[in-house]
Amino acid sequence: MSGGKMLRQIHFWILAALATVLLSGCGSDYLVLNPKGPVAETQYNLIIISVILCAIIIVPVLALTAFIVYRYRDTPENKAPYKPTWAHNTTLEVIWWGIPIVIIAVLGYFTLRDTYALKENPNKEVKPMTIQVTALDWKWMFTYPDQNIATVNYLEIPAGVPIHFQVSAEAPMNSFWVPELGGQIYAMAGMATELYLQADEPGEFAGFSANFSGEGFAHMQFKVVAKPQNEFDQWVKQVKGTTPAMSKQDYDELKKPGVLKEEKMYSAFPEGLFEEIVQKYSHGHDMHHVMHPDEEATTKETEQGSDMSQMPGMDHSKMNH
Amino acid sequence: MWENLKEFASTFFVTGDPLIYGADVSIALTMVAIVFVLTKYKKWGWLWREWLTTVDHKRIGIMYLIASLLMLFRGGVDALLMRLQLAFPNVEFLHSDHYNAIFTTHGTIMILFMAMPMMFGLFNMVVPLQLGARDVAYPFLNAVSFWLFMFGAMLFNLSFVIGGSPDAGWLSYPPLSQNDFSPGPGQNFWIWGIQISGIGSLATGINFIVTILKMRAPGMKLSNMPLFSWSVLSSSIMIIFAFPILTVTIALLFLDRFAGAHFFTMGGGGNPMMYLNLIWMWGHPEVYIVVVPAFGIFSEVVATFSKKTIFGYKSMVWALMSIAVASFFTWAHHFFTMGTSASVIVFFAISTMVIAIPTGVKIFNWLFTMFRGRISFKQPMLWTIAFIPCFVVGGATGVMLAVAPADYQYHNSYFLIAHFHQVLIGGVVFGYLAGIYYWWPKLFGFKLDEKLGKWGFWFWNIGFYVCFMPQYALGFMGMTRRYYTYGWDRGWADLNLISTVGAFLMGIGFIFQVWQIAYSIKHGERDTTGDPWNARTLEWSIPSPAPFYNFAVVPTVKGADDWWLTKEAKANGTYKEEPAQLEPIHMPKNSGIPFIMSIFWFLVGFGFTFGWVWIAVIGFIGVALCMWARSFQYDTDYYVPVEEVRSTEASLGRVY
Repeated sequence: MSGGKMLRQIHFWILAALATVLLSGCGSDYLVLNPKGPVAETQYNLIIISVILCAIIIVPVLALTAFIVYRYRDTPENKAPYKPTWAHNTTLEVIWWGIPIVIIAVLGYFTLRDTYALKENPNKEVKPMTIQVTALDWKWMFTYPDQNIATVNYLEIPAGVPIHFQVSAEAPMNSFWVPELGGQIYAMAGMATELYLQADEPGEFAGFSANFSGEGFAHMQFKVVAKPQNEFDQWVKQVKGTTPAMSKQDYDELKKPGVLKEEKMYSAFPEGLFEEIVQKYSHGHDMHHVMHPDEEATTKETEQGSDMSQMPGMDHSKMNH
Repeated sequence: MWENLKEFASTFFVTGDPLIYGADVSIALTMVAIVFVLTKYKKWGWLWREWLTTVDHKRIGIMYLIASLLMLFRGGVDALLMRLQLAFPNVEFLHSDHYNAIFTTHGTIMILFMAMPMMFGLFNMVVPLQLGARDVAYPFLNAVSFWLFMFGAMLFNLSFVIGGSPDAGWLSYPPLSQNDFSPGPGQNFWIWGIQISGIGSLATGINFIVTILKMRAPGMKLSNMPLFSWSVLSSSIMIIFAFPILTVTIALLFLDRFAGAHFFTMGGGGNPMMYLNLIWMWGHPEVYIVVVPAFGIFSEVVATFSKKTIFGYKSMVWALMSIAVASFFTWAHHFFTMGTSASVIVFFAISTMVIAIPTGVKIFNWLFTMFRGRISFKQPMLWTIAFIPCFVVGGATGVMLAVAPADYQYHNSYFLIAHFHQVLIGGVVFGYLAGIYYWWPKLFGFKLDEKLGKWGFWFWNIGFYVCFMPQYALGFMGMTRRYYTYGWDRGWADLNLISTVGAFLMGIGFIFQVWQIAYSIKHGERDTTGDPWNARTLEWSIPSPAPFYNFAVVPTVKGADDWWLTKEAKANGTYKEEPAQLEPIHMPKNSGIPFIMSIFWFLVGFGFTFGWVWIAVIGFIGVALCMWARSFQYDTDYYVPVEEVRSTEASLGRVY
């Protein structure tokens, strides 16, 4: 097979592949590429920046590869220069050590900027609402400390309001992920990780668990529904009025391994349940604090919060249940 | 009594799945066939003398190669089973737990029992020859390493017919891998299979560092050592720093499971995140351990088949060595999503991006080696050329993954799966295949058929892109790894079907390669020159297949690409023939101890796997006895008389 033919085939497949990926961004199935909130938006922009910066290297290298392989193929009639001992050129070496360094520096800057930004409330004008997420074997439990309601495998949030998720687990490690609203965070026993997400508009979003946790893992998916604030408030009222309260026994039942295909709502849950779950596995280590919802209004306190050793579950008196 | 036996058998053997029964039958038939053939042709003695007890690095290399190809087959069948299950939504071909066991064993086997032994096979086949040495520094230890790997791999593979396979993922994160969530022997198989072969890997790392530093032919300075040997040095340095971490980590996990310790448990004060840190402190260097030797192979191949000196030798060495160091500062990028502080995340994000710099530099150096060269498209070169676009794209998606906030969106998704298969298949598998095609004639004395090889090449390559490019898109659609099934509502069906087709194309490529080997054994072009590719380094200066003592006369090296210099000097008449004086050659004696000791290690692992401590104790006693026996063995070497060297060389067409 000749070099030219081989190259054409290689490039056909590479282009076909790239086209598959790039064109794919148009469809609404491509959740990551259809951000519906500020966090996902930031991450989407970073993805685009990184694609462009990588393309600065990829495109010339692929072109160069094609050119060199074709131009210097070993055929009797090839008149291209042949310099068998040419093996060093300082200028060239400086260029190809230098360009990647510059690109990585630029990309590093954006990474730094957004890593810090995403640790904070993405929408400073609005006070965030707290939702506690617990990964169970193999279901997701959401407790709303301010509303004192709970749901399983179903998450309803007000649109336009940043949600401060506190995420933990009473099961093997898991990962809480709603691609259209933003990237994920691990759910781990004995720790409460934090994640801010916000939906700009009302809508329905798919939620996934992104870390393998055993047999029922593939069924650990949930629906996220964003509604305008007043409709959300109505929904809370409706849950309060029409569903049973979660008892300790109900919770013990829930946490047993098993797949739950339905969604569940509870008009109340045992006080301090989430803090208790975190506490149960942290054995007195402060693996990660559970922040009080009222404290996050100012960023200064948020920064302090990450250093403060605040024992989870210790400040029940301040909780507004 | 009968009832008890039946009950024991039904828990001991894996039952209830027709696929497993099929495997049982085929294993039994293969065993019978092997025993029958060995007995019928009276080959038991030959097997023992020539192979099981050998300390010859080339034979050990060949055994590594055979084992790794078998494991490639098994890991590949695992992959095809998974792709079948995912071809359409709601397929009920595999159950969840069966699927989980398959992806766990696929990952473990491909990295630890396919890539590692194929790499060690290449180390063994090539390094001493390239250095002008007669063997590795510690031939006996080399045999120990091989048999530990072999019995570790056998123990691991046993799990799918006996006791049950591990199913907590290829790195067995606790708490999922703890007794609470993974009772039974599956995880223990994982721990002991890896533990035993891991000790062998560590020993190989030590062996090759010493070989490279101490066994080079006179005149070969480090600064003119072939680049493959440099890459082996880089890889071996990473091995000796990384593998002890693995050994300790899984030993602690075993103590949790076996002795009720609480290093990584969820309750009782353990810290599962500590396991993640430790396992990736090994696991991240591990991917560089396997890919760096491939870089060495490409460097040799690209120079030979471009008929040109490698471009920027010093730059290449710097790149190899800085990768070895930098690889230890990137581990936390495997869990950016654990919610740690921004400063930690940024440190690991940037250190991960930095490692792309030396890697990228190497690509340019290979390109400019071809520049103003004369490129011939033989099989080793084909795989090298195919590697470049594949690895450039895979490397770029790696940089994209390193952008931590963006990684929150890719983490554990099919985007990640596509990325690491692209660098591991495009880098490691393509690289090792290039190496195998390149050095095959030196080991076996014949070339592998070009035509069949090209069929294999195109099926592999086209199959690769068809299989993995859709997976990048699936990642953007929210599909995460390790889902055993999905519904129609997600829109994942088309791309998954395409991906499955691609996987089968790669499978066909593999079949062509097996056919190619079988065909070439009989019809392959014989290599009578010892230098079939017009190559540049020392290993091509001796006849093919290389005689067991490698070099009849140890060469004196005059510079980089020594064999090329010699050939040039011969061509323009400046070569001075120095009178070759044959002398008796000092060689190590074969030994059965590595094989026997590894059987005892196998017993240790098997005993602990099932909690039958008495078997493990027998194993430990056996290991100790073997070491004791070896330490009193003084008759471990001999001299090959000059006459034998002369007649061996004569039969290979050389006159002294």
